[in-house]
Amino acid sequence: MKNDSPPVNLTVAPATRQRCGDEAKYGIRRAWRVFPFLVASLVLVPVCVVFASFLSPDSEIWQHLITTTLPGLLTNTLWLSLGVILGTSFLGVSLAWLTSVYTFPGSRFFSWALFLPLAIPAYVIAFVALGMFDYTGPVQTSLRHWFNSDLLWFPDIRSGPGVAVVMTLAFYPYVYLLSRDAFLTQGKRLLEVAQSLGFNRQQGFFRVVLPMARPWIVAGVMLALMETLADFGAVSIFNYDTFTTAIYKTWFGMFSLSTASQLASLLILIVLVIILTEQRFRLRMRFSESRKSTRVERIPLTGWKAVAATSFAGAVLFFAFVLPVVQLGLWAMHALEVGVDGRYPEFAWHSILLSVLAALITCLVAAMLAYSVRIHSDRYTRFSVRLATIGYALPGAVLAVGIFIPMAWLDNLLSDWIEAITGAETGLLIQGTLVVMLAAYMTRFLAVSYFPLESALQRVTRSIDEAAAGFGVTGWRMLKTIYFPMLKSSLLTAATLVFVDVMKEMPITLMTRPFDWDTLAVRIFSLTSEGQWEQAAIPALTLILTGLIPIIFLVRHSET
Amino acid sequence: MSILLKLDNISHTYGQQVTVDELSFELEKGEIGCLLGPSGCGKTTVLRSIAGFEPIMSGEIWLNGVSVSRAGFVLPPEQRRIGMVFQEYALFPHLNVTANVGFGLHHSTRTERAHRVAELLQVTGLTEVADRYPHELSGGQQQRVALARALAPYPELILLDEPFSNLDVGLREHLSQEIRDLLKKLNITAILVTHDQSEAFAVADKIGVMHAGKMMQWSSAHDLYHRPANRFIADFIGQGVLIPGTFMLSGEVETELGVLTGSIYRPDPSSSEVPDKQVDVLIRPDDIIHDDHSPLQAAVVHKAFRGAQFLYTLRLASGQIVLSLVPSHHDHAIGEKIGIRPETDHIVVFDRL
Repeated sequence: MKNDSPPVNLTVAPATRQRCGDEAKYGIRRAWRVFPFLVASLVLVPVCVVFASFLSPDSEIWQHLITTTLPGLLTNTLWLSLGVILGTSFLGVSLAWLTSVYTFPGSRFFSWALFLPLAIPAYVIAFVALGMFDYTGPVQTSLRHWFNSDLLWFPDIRSGPGVAVVMTLAFYPYVYLLSRDAFLTQGKRLLEVAQSLGFNRQQGFFRVVLPMARPWIVAGVMLALMETLADFGAVSIFNYDTFTTAIYKTWFGMFSLSTASQLASLLILIVLVIILTEQRFRLRMRFSESRKSTRVERIPLTGWKAVAATSFAGAVLFFAFVLPVVQLGLWAMHALEVGVDGRYPEFAWHSILLSVLAALITCLVAAMLAYSVRIHSDRYTRFSVRLATIGYALPGAVLAVGIFIPMAWLDNLLSDWIEAITGAETGLLIQGTLVVMLAAYMTRFLAVSYFPLESALQRVTRSIDEAAAGFGVTGWRMLKTIYFPMLKSSLLTAATLVFVDVMKEMPITLMTRPFDWDTLAVRIFSLTSEGQWEQAAIPALTLILTGLIPIIFLVRHSET
Repeated sequence: MSILLKLDNISHTYGQQVTVDELSFELEKGEIGCLLGPSGCGKTTVLRSIAGFEPIMSGEIWLNGVSVSRAGFVLPPEQRRIGMVFQEYALFPHLNVTANVGFGLHHSTRTERAHRVAELLQVTGLTEVADRYPHELSGGQQQRVALARALAPYPELILLDEPFSNLDVGLREHLSQEIRDLLKKLNITAILVTHDQSEAFAVADKIGVMHAGKMMQWSSAHDLYHRPANRFIADFIGQGVLIPGTFMLSGEVETELGVLTGSIYRPDPSSSEVPDKQVDVLIRPDDIIHDDHSPLQAAVVHKAFRGAQFLYTLRLASGQIVLSLVPSHHDHAIGEKIGIRPETDHIVVFDRL
């Protein structure tokens, strides 16, 4: 804000008083300038800490890892990424195209139902798939039973392709969501342009619509890829080693925090490439107008084409949502008959407590961040905000390591200091509390709450501020009478999104929780690592039900 | 001149709603036609039917003597050789100006394409911005890119859907003249769709006024104004009022303004000029002259400054309202009585309903 004249004061104020007020205001304004830097440091510090591990390496373990584990980790990560890129872009783009341009039996239903798999955490799809399709699972068992012999061949689900299929089913909605947006806003219109220039529909799709939608598609695929690289639960259930599982194993198996950090820094480098790709394409999205085309009728599919479209969409929905939910339901019923773990309410309480706290803190910080950009829209502030919101790309396992180390250091410093002054031994103050977890959650999920709040804040225009100030409504009164009512629904959305994300979050919780302090997600981890699918079904269903809340928001938003 | 496009009684429906109702018109090669009407009158649907994006339920569309649309048959748009300029231009955001314009030339060789693109950029005055991307262009430039892109493959016909609606009002008049000159220079047959009369008048040779899916009149701008086919056109095109009158034995019309002389135009062909027949006469603002010496007096009800002229709304003794264009140095106050007299060369007369 360059020409920042104080709001016109209709009562004549003494000049001195006004100047005093300005100085106080100036101090507050300066505080708003520092705030984004502080939040950004929550991203910067873990990254620096993790990279600093190369300064004091556990050289023996590191050497061992480089020669034995690292090549495998890299090839596993590479194949998994390739599989997810191919799988999610194929499913996401084709389904988005079908539902945004054509009508076929069930097309209206599929257009929103295909978002539903977003409600299921990847590790839940993973353990359901394993429980069903593994050698001892119901599918292979009944096949053997029907054919009355050992199967000659059944694809090994505990494999790279198996994990890739699971991740594709879990993450294709990101690509679906974004490319559908692109197709709905300009797909059919551009197809018409192509036709008026002498291309048929098929040529038009491949030569016009697809290249036009590329920024959206790439952004969607990159989101899916970030989730894939950040995933800990699904790969550990499949025993498919990637960086996240390796970080966990070196920390809690070999007790080498510095080697875990070194692995984490390698993962950051990979993620960085993805972030840069994503941001580049995001930038291009802005150049395209995104207004909804006026009354564009969809093209009806008939005959075998309609049947094929319905079966394809139906099959994806079946495997990504219906089958897992039904199977979980069956397992849960069986588990209820056998008897449920008595500590289940305690786990649920922990999950809810954590999620509520994280949602409150994250939303508060996000709102303050958005407000500071409003006050200072200079380059440094905007850069800090971008840095602060990039935490969503940092895998939970990386953040767990990167935040735990400085917190532990701070903890030791603090207890030493208190001991030196008071002579009393306090023990550890921060570790063993929820602070480490909450800080990591906030770093990771800040973006989730920041973007809805920021766009809502843009609706409170400068002139609204000035109009309110013209009536003498400023400060807290303005916050209470203008900002809060106008931001209420976005705050709710933002808080819900964080709540759900924290509910299903696994690696941060697993690695930084207080000793023996389990949540639903952590419980699922320990139950599934022992193959107790039926017991894991009840917490898993709980997570899916919570996860459906924001999906319903999303569907409502996108279908109106 | 040969007929390029012929619409023969076409109808179109969205579900239960009739959007186009037995509509017909013809367009000759090299002519610029315009479909004019308020939004929702079905004009865009007609345009999209001509392009081949909408099927028609009855009637037939002929292009160059070939039937391209009829009930149950639609020749695909890509086989019609019709270029289209969309309302929001729909430029390809990922391609620069050159690539956008050359996009439809996929059957040409590289050199042919380069040549054609250069030629079009030159006539549309876009050579300077050839390497820019759509988001780097002004609204007027984007529109010219859209036009050049549509013109590139030598289409038989160009369709323009509300081509000026995304532009500033100040720019519209200038650009509509520019587009007309360009289309005429290249001898392009075109149809545009608009809801703005001045745009239609500035660009088109033939104008079709549409209302609720029906074609009310298809003719030149001059005829729409001076020879309206019905009361709807008389009301919709230009300004004016209908005042009651009576035919006299002499063939002239007697009204409150006095006896009107001039050539009489009667859109209702069946009726005859029977003496004493009750009629309504269309009086335009330019038909009433301000004359201080005239015994006929009218009170000023409202006035609008138009620069060179005032548009006065006047009340006659009977309470009948008429409009008058008066040079703006005659500045009269509201309520003041001023002298007027009719000066009518053409008289449009409707039978009293």
